[in-house]
Amino acid sequence: MNNVGRMRLHELQDKQRAIVECVYCEGDLRQRLLEMGIIKGANIQVEREAPLGDPLHIKIKGYSLSLRKEEACDIEVSIV
Amino acid sequence: MVKDKNKISIALAGNPNCGKTSLFNTITGMRQHVGNWPGKTVERKEGILEYGKIDFTIIDLPGTYSLQPYSMEELVARDYLINEKPDFVIDIVDATNLERNLYLTTQLLEMGMNVILLLNMDNYGEKKGQHIDERKLSMLLGIPVIKMEVVENSSKKKLLDFLIEEHGKKNKSKLNYGKEIECPIDHIADLVKSSKICEHAPPRWVALKLIENDKVILEKVKGYKNGERIIIETRKIQENLSKIKGEKIDAIFTYARYGFISGLLRECVKKPKIDRVRKSDIIDSIVANRFLGIPIFLLIMYCMFQFTFTIAEPFMGWIDTSFGWFAGVASAWIEWVGAPNWVSSLVADGIVGGVGSIIIFLPNILLLFFFISILEDSGYMARAAFIMDKVMQKIGLHGKSFIPLLLGFGCNVPAIMATRTLQNKKDRLLTILINPFMSCSARLPVYVLFVAAFFSKNEGLIIFSLYLLGIIIAILMGLIFKNTLFKGLSSQFVMELPPYRIPKLRTTLLHTWENGKQFMIKAGTVIFSVVLLIWFLGNMPFGVEYASENSVIGIIGNFIAPVFEPLGFGNWQNSVALIFGILAKEVVIGTYGTIYGVSEEGLAPFLQASFTPLSAYAFMVFVLLYVPCISVLAAIRKETKSWKWMWFSAGYILVVAWIVSFVVYQGGLLLGFV
Repeated sequence: MNNVGRMRLHELQDKQRAIVECVYCEGDLRQRLLEMGIIKGANIQVEREAPLGDPLHIKIKGYSLSLRKEEACDIEVSIV
Repeated sequence: MVKDKNKISIALAGNPNCGKTSLFNTITGMRQHVGNWPGKTVERKEGILEYGKIDFTIIDLPGTYSLQPYSMEELVARDYLINEKPDFVIDIVDATNLERNLYLTTQLLEMGMNVILLLNMDNYGEKKGQHIDERKLSMLLGIPVIKMEVVENSSKKKLLDFLIEEHGKKNKSKLNYGKEIECPIDHIADLVKSSKICEHAPPRWVALKLIENDKVILEKVKGYKNGERIIIETRKIQENLSKIKGEKIDAIFTYARYGFISGLLRECVKKPKIDRVRKSDIIDSIVANRFLGIPIFLLIMYCMFQFTFTIAEPFMGWIDTSFGWFAGVASAWIEWVGAPNWVSSLVADGIVGGVGSIIIFLPNILLLFFFISILEDSGYMARAAFIMDKVMQKIGLHGKSFIPLLLGFGCNVPAIMATRTLQNKKDRLLTILINPFMSCSARLPVYVLFVAAFFSKNEGLIIFSLYLLGIIIAILMGLIFKNTLFKGLSSQFVMELPPYRIPKLRTTLLHTWENGKQFMIKAGTVIFSVVLLIWFLGNMPFGVEYASENSVIGIIGNFIAPVFEPLGFGNWQNSVALIFGILAKEVVIGTYGTIYGVSEEGLAPFLQASFTPLSAYAFMVFVLLYVPCISVLAAIRKETKSWKWMWFSAGYILVVAWIVSFVVYQGGLLLGFV
């Protein structure tokens, strides 16, 4: 598979739509992200950064979730 | 197992923010009992009621997104279901967020529970043009599905009637993850069954959990005779599955569940053609806005502070006056009856005073929880955490820790109770441990007294420096704990930002009332006993003048005074004042009054004779940092459910206070201050 248009979730612009490709972290965090619906093929979108620059407000499976950039960094996405 | 036909046990399960608590309140009203799961810090809510000649027992399980055992909440919920096997598990599902909410449903079905799916808030969904075909959903899942708005009062009757009708029927779940996964599960399940492992749990569930690498179940199975063999077999299956699917095991199961769910949704849910802009998105674009977010947050915090502490003030005044009046009347009456002096003092200062010092916190606690409950139910609490997380992250804390810390400036007791909004145990403990360094309002009068006597030129600056010092010490201790006691415990932020909703007054009031009641019962006993103890120490041996040098407390004061010598305030009067300060910080002033036999206004010359400006500052630092008061310790004991943490926090706080005061005094001497 080619890697054109692949980036990490925290690199997305506000309101930019993407598709989840892979979750790289391990352990409980990985489990939690998967369960919250951040799974391969899911539509994902960054709504905004918090006023102080971190965390991020994202949209996944039609609801709002907040993640730290550190956590978002482990999520690979591809631009739609 | 034969179950009693006239009894129905129900467990309520669901995601956070799905309306589970509202349903519980609608059904049980005031007939609920809030306690804790045995040996756990997780809240356990139970309600009983009689309806249609049937006794219902309702357990409100903790709100969780799944039943994976990361934290106490999930474990408690899971263990309850497996061990108690309630007649019904009502899975409350937010119809506007169906996909993620159904994830928990799949896990409940895996456990073989008798699940009833309750679609809540469907009217919100309908408004947005979404339509759910509940009959089809019921057919495809193989379980009953009902639509219901849980906040409406009629939902109680509707639900209970429905349950009575369904009672005795057994569901046939049609959960299916496809052959590639189902076959290995069946294979392991057979092994589990034939080896008689975990017999109280459904073998299929045990098998699934084993393949999924569930830590808790793996440990359990290892304890059985044939456990090792089954685990080896499981490993083989896992390798094989990973190879076929090209994924890690955990991802395979998450995909399988979400895959099953998306199949359901395709069949049963009609989505609106165009996604309309949601109200929550509009509110968020203002409230979480880059420029407006912080000012709005500060404004709300300011309102909360004013609401909690300013409105409470007159009430606290009344409570204080009425208890004072009551104590006076009681002691006069006792003297009139002819009982000895010490009896009237015991009743007036000990018993009435003790009860008074518990009740005095009620206005604060009730108002604060009223406000917090509104913040939580409206959805703003998650935004507050979102906005402040960057700051709290630096000390190793969660964004939600900010509010309890801020509240500490008012009073540490409700502040420590407010840490309940934190789900992660580590975050919660850390926030509790550093909370006492936030200078509460009871410490201010002590500063004011000393500043007026010693630093009349720089009053504001000196007081400000104390508040700042408290914050700095809190941050330092936070960093130290993060790298020692709580090292290696991962803290994740992943937090839902729930849609904004208008809070229901009934829920808010119930929540407020529950917290007030619990404080009175749990913390009250500790506070009351210490007040009595101090009274005895001040009055023993009989006939001695209250809190004088010859009373037990004076003797103790004399005994410990040398400890404070290197801090610059080593005489028995100061030691006694500090011991009394454990009752409440402002009592320090009253104690000086008693000891020197003057009113508060006349204290300055006595203090000036006993302190230098430098030792006065060191004393204020000590007052700032040492054990805030017995009520705070009682709150810590209550919230951590452990005497150990209470003693630990009391001990470490004393040590920190001594060290910092020592550095201030000795450092000041070295720098040439007096």
